Amino acid sequence: MEPLQALITQIQGLSSSASDISRLHSILKQADSSLRSDPDRLSPLLSNLDPSLHSLGFLFILEASLVFPVSKQQAEISVPIITRFISACSAEQIRLAPDKFISVCKTLKDQVTLLEAPIRGVAPMLTALRKLQVSTERLTPLHSEFLLLCLLAKCYKTGLSILEDDIFEVDQPRDLFLYCYYGGMICIGQKHFPKALDLLHNVVTAPMSTLNAIAVEAYKKYILVSLIRHGQFSTSLPKYSSSVAQRNLKNFCQPYIELANSYGTGKIAELEEYVQANTNKFESDNNLGLVKQVVSSMYKRNIQRLTQTYLTLSLQDIANTVQLNSPKGAEMHVLQMIQDGEIYATINQKDGMVRFLEDPEQYKTCEMIEHIDSSIQRVMALSRKLATMDEQISCDHLYLSKAGRERQRYDFDDFDVPTRFNI
Amino acid sequence: MEGDDETSGPMIDEIYANGDDNRPRKPIYSGDQLDIEVYASLYTGRTKIMRLLFVADRCGEKNNTAMQLEALRMAFDEIKKGENTQLFREVVQKIDGRLGSGYDLDVAWAENVDRRAEAKKEKLENELNAYRTNLIKESIRMGYNDFGDFYYAHGQLGDAFKSYVRTRDYCTTSKHIIHMCMSAILVSIEMGQFTHVTSYVSKAEQAPESLDTITVAKLRCAAGLANLEAKKYKLAARKFLETGPELGSHYNEVIAPQDVATYGGLCALATFDRTELKNKVIDNLNFRNFLELVPEVRELINDFYSSHYASCLEYLGNLKANLLLDIHLHDHVMTLYDQIRHKALIQYTHPFVSVDLNMMANAFKTTVAGLEKELEALITDNQIQARIDSHNKILYARHADQRNATFQRVLETGREFDRDVRSMLLRSNILKHEYNVRASRKL
Repeated sequence: MEPLQALITQIQGLSSSASDISRLHSILKQADSSLRSDPDRLSPLLSNLDPSLHSLGFLFILEASLVFPVSKQQAEISVPIITRFISACSAEQIRLAPDKFISVCKTLKDQVTLLEAPIRGVAPMLTALRKLQVSTERLTPLHSEFLLLCLLAKCYKTGLSILEDDIFEVDQPRDLFLYCYYGGMICIGQKHFPKALDLLHNVVTAPMSTLNAIAVEAYKKYILVSLIRHGQFSTSLPKYSSSVAQRNLKNFCQPYIELANSYGTGKIAELEEYVQANTNKFESDNNLGLVKQVVSSMYKRNIQRLTQTYLTLSLQDIANTVQLNSPKGAEMHVLQMIQDGEIYATINQKDGMVRFLEDPEQYKTCEMIEHIDSSIQRVMALSRKLATMDEQISCDHLYLSKAGRERQRYDFDDFDVPTRFNI
Repeated sequence: MEGDDETSGPMIDEIYANGDDNRPRKPIYSGDQLDIEVYASLYTGRTKIMRLLFVADRCGEKNNTAMQLEALRMAFDEIKKGENTQLFREVVQKIDGRLGSGYDLDVAWAENVDRRAEAKKEKLENELNAYRTNLIKESIRMGYNDFGDFYYAHGQLGDAFKSYVRTRDYCTTSKHIIHMCMSAILVSIEMGQFTHVTSYVSKAEQAPESLDTITVAKLRCAAGLANLEAKKYKLAARKFLETGPELGSHYNEVIAPQDVATYGGLCALATFDRTELKNKVIDNLNFRNFLELVPEVRELINDFYSSHYASCLEYLGNLKANLLLDIHLHDHVMTLYDQIRHKALIQYTHPFVSVDLNMMANAFKTTVAGLEKELEALITDNQIQARIDSHNKILYARHADQRNATFQRVLETGREFDRDVRSMLLRSNILKHEYNVRASRKL
């Protein structure tokens, strides 16, 4: 009891100024292993500490006290403690020990999952994420945990809030893979297909030295979403994607590639037959819902194609061309698409004719100008960022030493330089 | 529309008249059955036999026994003149006794020929060996050449090709090289190896000495055939159109001047635009000589150019059966026909703001529904900029709004740039990170 009591006193005493806290940090690090040896006695001590004032100490003791696996009852007790700590703790202090903080947050996730109440973790996790994050461009390990909780709790809207930030800085590639994959799923859930496509695209084209399961699953969804969004899918990945992905991804997603091929023929009956025959495969991948959306998107695409060729067309003809059962069904589809702004048309119920119109957007409104302006601003900001990044890399020590080595071999001009000037 | 100023005035009337056949014009050549005698007399050598056999096979598929037997009979007679016993046996098998006793397997003849061939081969081998020991270049070349001729006559095309190609090392003048190339081309065409044809044509054309006009014409034909087989119809058309009239019947072992007209005409029709058609086909004096040989093709090209699509398509329809019997063209007839039809449809709609589908269907001798489908395919392919008013059966030309399209494209490009740059920055950061990790591990 004695050393622990002393530790508590130290925590209480050394939690005010920055220099004190760094001293405390080293003391805590030394005490860490002894804390771990006896996790049961720690929880009562927490009541002596104020999470907002003594965040660092609280964090160390809390982290040491949390062992896994726990029973449901224990989880019921610890979840509120963690939640309170996360909402009260001071960001500066916990950033000194990010590993501990992340571990605590992961425990929270595990416990709420154990309690089958993932929604209880969503809000604390978001707070934790914001506190840990130095800038919004940085990806933390908590991002993927948060998105996972959102998915489990079906709080897609909350999840979207962090997907709006542009992520540029990444510590662990795995975090990025998961972040993009879960993010993609959340966007799919909210039917933000372009955004979902971007995120999944990031996973598939990310540099990787070995193939991973996340990329494979993401590729499957990527195929489906790009069918829904663009109505086509090209199996060749862009040049910049890793050679591992280019070579191997396709082999793992054969049913999906075939689905895309079947989609490409434009024949709805064939597509449905294929889906029917492979329902099990899609179901075991948990992609059946998305596959069904692919099928229904084909009707839409076929109708959209008609708007390119026809000015007027009877509902009967539409039904025949896109292989719907009845003119009534065609009418419903067309109506829905007009409502969603996917086509511009009017239905003349008297003659059973649909009149397709041109896109009424004239690019003259103030909103449009504002939109264009904001796009320009955004692109300019991005360009600036690109330039800074380029500058940074060209000053980067590691890069220069590597590039310098390579240049020696290839650049003939370098041979004129006396040897002592070589980098 | 360029190049038809002279027709722009009366055009409307003509298009009205287009469907009706009350204009005074020559009766269209009927698609009578191919006269095999006439057809076969155009060719000599091996291609004659092969063409006859091809016709026979095709007729066999369509149960046209009379024509099949006729073709087989002529092939039989032709083979009897040569020394190809292998082919002889095949033909006899195909005839299967249906032509009476005169066309049975003449075992004595075949054996006799085989025996003579064996003897000749031995003689040639001995000669060649003698030449080779004496190292007389010219004689060795002749020896291989004789071997090539020998194999060719006996139907061993692969060996013939090898022998001809082998003469190359012993060629001393460019004349020899050209001779070698021509032989190789001939054999390659018979073998259906059209990549060889292309390469030997270019080899022959690179010869330092200027070639005589007949050889040039032959090479053009061979190149045209090669392009045709490779489905490069436009190039094929150009080559056939460049063929000089000196060709005459000098290349009957490969192609008849009539074929040049047909192949060239159809390929040109399928791939050329109006100006090209006018300048390179209709006003082409050289090619006119060829076209005179096949008046149907000449007529249909003129009809096409003067927008009499109905009669043009009618000519095509009549020619079709016979073209399908052509050993080189049969695979491409459907593609070429489709392309010609599409071009006709596109040209018809091109000058108008709106087109009455009934009238158009009439001009193309088809139904409105069928026409609608065809137009739909072309519009989807972006070959016709128009939209169909299915209710009133009118086709309206669609004029792209440049301003809107530009705005759309700009926004789209902006989005793409945005997305690409972001993912690029992300990727470069990961790479940087991985490199740093690896570097720190090394330290």
